Amino acid sequence: MFGFIISRFLQAIVVVFAMSIIVFVGVYAIGNPIDVMIDPAATAEMRARLIAQYGLDQPLWRQYLTFLANVAQGDLGRSMVYNTSVTGLVFSRLPATLELVLVAIAIATIIGIPAGIYAGYRPKSFASKAIMALSILGFSVPTFWIGMLLIMGFAVELGWLPSGGRGDEGTFLGISTSLATANGWSHVIMPAVNLSLFKMGLMIRLTRAGMVEAMQTDYVKFARAQGLPDRQIVFKHVLRNISIPVVTVFGLELGSTLAFAVVTESVFNWPGVGKLIIDSILTLDRPVMVTYLILVVILFVIINFTVDIVYARLDPRVRLGGTK
Amino acid sequence: MTDAVTTPNIAPDEPVGPPVETRVTRLKNFWSDFRQSWVAIGALIVIVTLLLLSFGAPLVAPQDPYDMAMLDWLDAFLRPGTEGTGGYVHVLGTDNAGRDMLSAILYGLRTSFTIGLSAGALALTIGITVGLTAAYFGGRIESVLMRIIDLQLSMPAILLALVLVALLGQGVMQIILALVVAQYAYFARTTHGAATVERGKDYIEAARSTPLPTHRVLFKHLLPNVMPPLIVVATVQVASAIALEATLSFLGVGLPLTEPSLGSLISNGFKYIHSDRYWLSIYPGIFLMITVVAINLVGDQVRTVLDPRHSR
Repeated sequence: MFGFIISRFLQAIVVVFAMSIIVFVGVYAIGNPIDVMIDPAATAEMRARLIAQYGLDQPLWRQYLTFLANVAQGDLGRSMVYNTSVTGLVFSRLPATLELVLVAIAIATIIGIPAGIYAGYRPKSFASKAIMALSILGFSVPTFWIGMLLIMGFAVELGWLPSGGRGDEGTFLGISTSLATANGWSHVIMPAVNLSLFKMGLMIRLTRAGMVEAMQTDYVKFARAQGLPDRQIVFKHVLRNISIPVVTVFGLELGSTLAFAVVTESVFNWPGVGKLIIDSILTLDRPVMVTYLILVVILFVIINFTVDIVYARLDPRVRLGGTK
Repeated sequence: MTDAVTTPNIAPDEPVGPPVETRVTRLKNFWSDFRQSWVAIGALIVIVTLLLLSFGAPLVAPQDPYDMAMLDWLDAFLRPGTEGTGGYVHVLGTDNAGRDMLSAILYGLRTSFTIGLSAGALALTIGITVGLTAAYFGGRIESVLMRIIDLQLSMPAILLALVLVALLGQGVMQIILALVVAQYAYFARTTHGAATVERGKDYIEAARSTPLPTHRVLFKHLLPNVMPPLIVVATVQVASAIALEATLSFLGVGLPLTEPSLGSLISNGFKYIHSDRYWLSIYPGIFLMITVVAINLVGDQVRTVLDPRHSR
């Protein structure tokens, strides 16, 4: 197990480095932010000074090394638009996004897994077919469109919920979060439902597929022959066996939910990291883009790493295969 | 079921033996399995209708939304079903520039289809080439190529496309390029997965031992046998390319409104969401939803039919 963790850890580091180079070159090689920032009437001299100030006159590899050296000191640069430290900027927006993502994943799990279990347990029933049809809708219909419909229905027509923004913050266990106030919940619920639909569809399909397969296995037949009630078979034996793929996807999807939050945050005007990245793309704010992308990569690597370990704990075959 | 279809295809002068699965019978088998689902048939009809309507838009649509001379300010924000200055009824209303929504939607759908289909085709071609190369040559080439693919797949497609479009600028070509870069990896991974199973089989060994050029072995012998999973991925990816394009345009980094796609139409309508002018965003959205869901439903049925575990 220890060797397995070490080898996966080294792989993860290589991936982060490779991605940081790709992201850096990708973002820095194309487009010139100076053209966006500078007054068109500026002289060539002012222009050159500004370019030198941001180190843009250096060769790309040296810019990258400077960037790495700064990162090692915890400095990811200054935003060219907000003129504050990027790290501070991203971390000030992070709580809002995490709130949204956590509520969304909770909704997807609480509704998705039971629905999937039912659809797999009684695959031929009408309710199961309806659940499956809805799950196709859930991940084929674009997120922004459903978000818009939600706003039209619940905010514009019915006037029950606010159409966007984050609610009042309260303190819960020493953490300042909008989830501690009723007003905060009224703001978070609609975007969270919007963000959760895709995951819910996935969760339903995954649980159902595992369920259908598991119900035909010998151990279920044997348990039935023993006279165990179905409830006990499903919750004690089957659930344990189908939990591996569900846990994996749950972990992997945590990252992509953060990424998809970009769309939801824009629709609902939610002041999170996703809104920040869209704004920085529209204004070519390079340091913010690079920081965001590298954070996403690191996040994905950590998630993959954790899922691998959890997987190895749950299923010894993975561990044995991995250390070979 | 299968026998009933294949038997009449064997002409009397053909050599006697087990019925050979020719391309025609394979297609017929596929079709007879496919039409088992009424939902999938309905979805297919919807797709064909939408394709005809959108590519025939210049003939079908009451107005050319690109032609500024045909637009009239007096027609702005007409409710659905009102007659405008053009002397015809705007079935789905008009937008802030007096554009007939139905025409704009049909032209927009054409843009969306063009982008989705060309991005899908290009991504498929590149993905197949990369995946087959990796699987066929193996060794270091394989590990490097697949490492890159894995790296790329660890990034969500929406983010990758977002950044690429932001850097490349707005326009149809830029969007297609961004979508191809974001999506080819799915095809490469699928091709590679299927091809590594196939490459160990005897017929590939046999083909390799003959003096056939490598590209012939790759594309004539290996490729047809890895096609089934690719077809499924392709349908899903075309739908997701259309949805991605719409999302990008909605976020403001896709196509400008002068070149309407469904996404930019919805994005434009979103501005008027609080002023009871629902038709500006609802109708293009409904068309987008129907298109994407229909393609996915067809893809779902194709998956069921092509699944080797599926009993015939």
